[in-house]
Formats: sequence, structure tokens, C-alpha cells
Amino acid sequence: MTEKHMPLWEVFIRSRNGLAHKHAGSVHAADATMALQAARDVYTRRGEGLSLWVVPSDAITASDPAEKDMMFEPTASKIYRHPTFYKVPDDVGNM
Amino acid sequence: MDFRFFCDILERMYTQGLLDSKSDSSVGIEPEERLRRFQARIDAEEKIEPTDWMPDAYRRTLIRMISQHAHSEVVGMLPEGNWITRAPSLRRKAALLAKVQDEGGHGLYLYAAAETLGISREEMIEQLLAGRAKYSSIFNYPTLSWADIGAIGWLVDGAAIMNQIPLCRCSYGPYARAMIRICKEESFHQRQGYEIMLTLSRGTAQQKAMAQDALDRWWWPSLMMFGPSDKESQHSDNSLRWKIKRFSNDELRQKFVDATVPQGHHLGLAFPDPDLAYDAQPGHWRFGAINWGEFRDVLTGNGPCNRQRLQQRRAADEQGAWVREAAIAYGEKHSRRSPP
Repeated sequence: MTEKHMPLWEVFIRSRNGLAHKHAGSVHAADATMALQAARDVYTRRGEGLSLWVVPSDAITASDPAEKDMMFEPTASKIYRHPTFYKVPDDVGNM
Repeated sequence: MDFRFFCDILERMYTQGLLDSKSDSSVGIEPEERLRRFQARIDAEEKIEPTDWMPDAYRRTLIRMISQHAHSEVVGMLPEGNWITRAPSLRRKAALLAKVQDEGGHGLYLYAAAETLGISREEMIEQLLAGRAKYSSIFNYPTLSWADIGAIGWLVDGAAIMNQIPLCRCSYGPYARAMIRICKEESFHQRQGYEIMLTLSRGTAQQKAMAQDALDRWWWPSLMMFGPSDKESQHSDNSLRWKIKRFSNDELRQKFVDATVPQGHHLGLAFPDPDLAYDAQPGHWRFGAINWGEFRDVLTGNGPCNRQRLQQRRAADEQGAWVREAAIAYGEKHSRRSPP
């Protein structure tokens, strides 16, 4: 097939007021307007959202899953970042 | 933002561009050790994601399965689309339109999932149009009467759901996530089909005869949807070990029969199988021998509608080419005028 490929877009949906946009999938479309329409038809046929984002897939910079151990290591070793690390006497109540 | 939620987004954000990255944590590791680690992850019920190392055979199996599944959704629009203009009421017409639109959407989710494995949608569609890719044989049978739309929803979508629910736990993340979405939407398909069958079965003698005729024609092809028996299946062993599939073809077929036979009796219809009988001890409905000769015939291109279905897909592709070309040209012109 000699046809040019349709660009790929990642689709994000805000499902309810107050929630963040969440990745739902991807669509192929020639431009942003058509990507938004395709995303509406493909991912929100049952009232899944209040707001849609489409982002060109090649515009996303992602961390490398192969390096996730090094990338996220600090979150594992710094237990003093969690509230349960600190002792508060029971009679102080909830804190 | 909740930390786990954030991780979840990161993990889901695999895009096609990432496939080009050289991320392979297992470079320099012996092939046997790599395979052992991969199997250990599968055994621990970890999801495999697009950028993770995977054996070539795992990748090929998934591309074959997911693209066949996507093609089935898209070709499946044809037999049902055939009845949209002739639906007996506005209510039925609106439901059928929505269902056919869903099938198109399911095809798109699945093409997107397959694309994460390094094949383009254009390539997959070309394989379909060239007759090199398979799709579910069931769609090579004709829809002769309105009752067939009921039988397809009840039986064909019922069989598809039976196949798809375990696929929600498939070891390959993008496929599993697409299946979760699809399964949520499929249950309306089966219920609308059963409602059509119920209305016909409770109608005039002629309407009940239509429902019976549809059951007679769709029952055996529906059982064949689960694929060859376990003794014959070429793909089952690896697929089960890699947790792509969770149940064998015969197990799923039996589950389907057990669930469907009481539903058919509730309609007051008879199944076209003189050997169908309830076996109380294990609690299963035993069914007669499947005509595998017919299955192979339809699979190899000699079913009633194989040629027509492919011709229709090719015509749609050819007639839509100018729209795709115009859209791309417009998109390119637009992006030249307003650089990002």
C-alpha cells in the first residue's frame, strides 16, 4: 500500500468534574480537529467524559520502563516521606 | 495527584514512538535466562507491556490474534449492516445502528492494541484485503431474515463474550485493557439480540418459525467460533502457557453450551442437535459431533459469503481512499500554516 500513514494521537478523557484527564487509548487522524472528533466517536459513546484531550503521540516524552528501578528508587528508600514513619502518642488523637 | 494513579498513567502511556527506543533491559543476557525471566513474570501474573522484552513467538501470536480479532469486528459489521434499513421499528433500528457502530469502535481499539506490537494499521488492513489474514468464520454466513439479527446478538455475541471475558486477564496489557472496554459494551449486544428472539418467539406462528429457522442455521456455526477441538488446535499450548488465553477451546465451548441451552428453552425453541442432553453428574449439556469439514471449508474461503465480504471491504477501502488522501493533505497544509 503506497498510502501515507495517518498520524497517531493519544486520547485523554476527564470522566467527571474534579478528576484529572486519564489516558483512554489512541486514534489515527489527519489533524487535531479530526482527531478530537474520532476520539469522541471511538471513546465516548456512553457518556464516558466531560472533556477530551488529544495529543500527537510523538509529542510525548516518556520515561524508559527498562530504567524504572533507577528512576523510581528514591521513592522506595525514603520511608520518612510517609506519615506512618513518625510516632505520635495515641492520646494525641488523629493527626 | 495520587502517586499510584500517576504510575498508572505512566505505565499506560506507551505510544508508538516508544517502539523505536532502544530500551531493552535484557541486552547481554543469555537467551534461556531471558526466556526464564519472561515466563516468571507471566507466572507471577505481571502484565507485559509494549516496551518489555518478549519472545518473538509471543509477539507474533499476539499480532495474529489481535489483528484477526480486529478484522472480525470490522467484517462483522457487514452481515448486520445489511438489516439496518429494514429493521422492523425505529427502536430496533436505533439499537442496531448503535451496535454496528460499537463493532467499528471495537475494531479500532483492537487495531490500536496490535499497533503497540510494531505493526501498522495499514499493514493489517492490507493483509485482510489481500486475503492473507483471517477473521471469524461466522461472518461468512448470510443474514437471510430479521430473526438472524436476533440470533447473531444472542448466539454470536454470546459466544464472543465467553471468549472475551478471560481475555480481559490476558498477559499482554494493551490487549487486556481493550478487552475490558469491549466486554462492557458487548453485554448490550447480547441482550438486544435475545430480546429480538424473545419477541419473535412470543409472536405469531410465522414469527416463531423465523426464530426457530435462525437458531437452526446459527447454532452450529456459533459452536465452531471457539475454534478446533483441543486435540486439533495448533496454537493452544503456547497461548495457555503465556496466559494469552486462560481456557482451552473445548472448555469455552462447553461453558457457552451450558449457559445458552437453558436460554433457548426459555424461548420455547428447539436446538438442531438430537444428541443434546443434560448430564446431571458433572452438570453439563452434552452436544453432538461438530461438522469440522464445514468449519475447514468456510475457513479456507468456501463459505457462503467469503468472497462477498472481502469484495465489500475492498470496495469500502477503495472508495474511501480519496477521503483519507484529502484529509492527510488538508492536515499537512494546516500544519504548514500554523507551526506548533
